[in-house]
Amino acid sequence: MTVSHHPDRALLLDYATGALSEPFALVVATHMALCPACRHEVSAMEAIGGAMLEASTDCSQAQPEDAFARLMAHVEAVPGEHAASQPAINDPALAAIPRPLRDRLPASPDQMPWRRQGPIETVFLPCDVPGYRVRMLRIAPGRGVPRHTHRGEELTLVLQGAYSDATGHFGRGDLETADPTLDHRPVADPGEQCICLAVTSAPLRLTGRLGRLIDHFLDI
Amino acid sequence: MFDSTGISELGGRHDVALQGLMASILSGEGNPARASHEADLLAVARDRDRVAFRRLFDHFAPRLRSFLRRLRTPEGTLDDLVQDVMASVWRRANSYDPAKASASTWIFTIARNRRIDLARRKRPEVDLDDPATVHEEADGEPLPDEQASHGQLAVILRDAIAQLPPDQSEIVALAYQRDMSHSEIASELDLPLGTVKSRLRLALVKLRTAMEGLD
Ligand SMILES: [Zn+2]
Repeated sequence: MTVSHHPDRALLLDYATGALSEPFALVVATHMALCPACRHEVSAMEAIGGAMLEASTDCSQAQPEDAFARLMAHVEAVPGEHAASQPAINDPALAAIPRPLRDRLPASPDQMPWRRQGPIETVFLPCDVPGYRVRMLRIAPGRGVPRHTHRGEELTLVLQGAYSDATGHFGRGDLETADPTLDHRPVADPGEQCICLAVTSAPLRLTGRLGRLIDHFLDI
Repeated sequence: MFDSTGISELGGRHDVALQGLMASILSGEGNPARASHEADLLAVARDRDRVAFRRLFDHFAPRLRSFLRRLRTPEGTLDDLVQDVMASVWRRANSYDPAKASASTWIFTIARNRRIDLARRKRPEVDLDDPATVHEEADGEPLPDEQASHGQLAVILRDAIAQLPPDQSEIVALAYQRDMSHSEIASELDLPLGTVKSRLRLALVKLRTAMEGLD
């Protein structure tokens, strides 16, 4: 399996610095679980952060004299942390979903409460960040999602099967970024259901006279 | 976006944003003649070694303070946050893997994650032990910061940043030292998103090439 559509570097950098919103970070981290190349890229970005930390010595104010003693008094009262081991998963469809996403699914993909919306089925995942929608999508083999545009940015990650749209072919691990200018109509490959994670951001807040005019007509 | 302090600090743009960074590297701090931080972290993990931890504290606490202050951490909570990050270093030392990151890179990620926790946000992360995670031989390749000591890497980074055109180094500084996403940078600098992205791409390729071009 080769992933051929990656998040752009700006998105990876936002993830590496911690500035990326949690719903988009979920898509990026799930992609990274399937893409060693992007993990490597993010590690290099973290190394830049590490070097910046190393070089941050312009602070003339010394640590308070008793800082280390206070820290030790605090940490010795709390035991060290050990990562809890994960239970094995017997359901193969669930086991194929990388952990950052799997931990948030209500059930195995086969048993989730899919809701039919025309040719596609959706399950909304809980999301407490205002303005974002986090959905699982299931497209029947050979069927298409109705033509649509976006008000905000949409990240779509393929987990099973594949689809094509005007911009290319997307298989497992591939991530498509769609901004409001993209008018697309994904069609699933024949032969296999296509299951995706799709996260849509808060609508862009358009400013200026033209922006307000567009805002007025884009009522989705 | 910025409070008043932030604006005055940013006046003069990238020169000022990177001034402290440059000054400190040029002053020759980061003397390599010391036990390695990586060895100290492993000693803390293995033996709960307080002497090693004291060395880590003396080295990283002032750097964290300076780094976190640039990230607009309120002055009143700065010392608490430094203590909090160093407490996490003590507690999580057993999860440190020197094959994956240098000590400073690992502590950078601890500080980042603590700030996300404190903002009551969550951070979805890859679990390398998860059977669904895809591995490749590339995973075993050494990371750039394994190939050089801290001192070397800081100097290499300084040179690489110094050689970036001002419009690129400004954006790198805003991302790492002001905690801004690329879309926040675009609105702060009043630039189209595509311009910010392409400058970032150019800058990151250059920095990564510089870091990996070590023997
Ligand atoms: Zn990738």
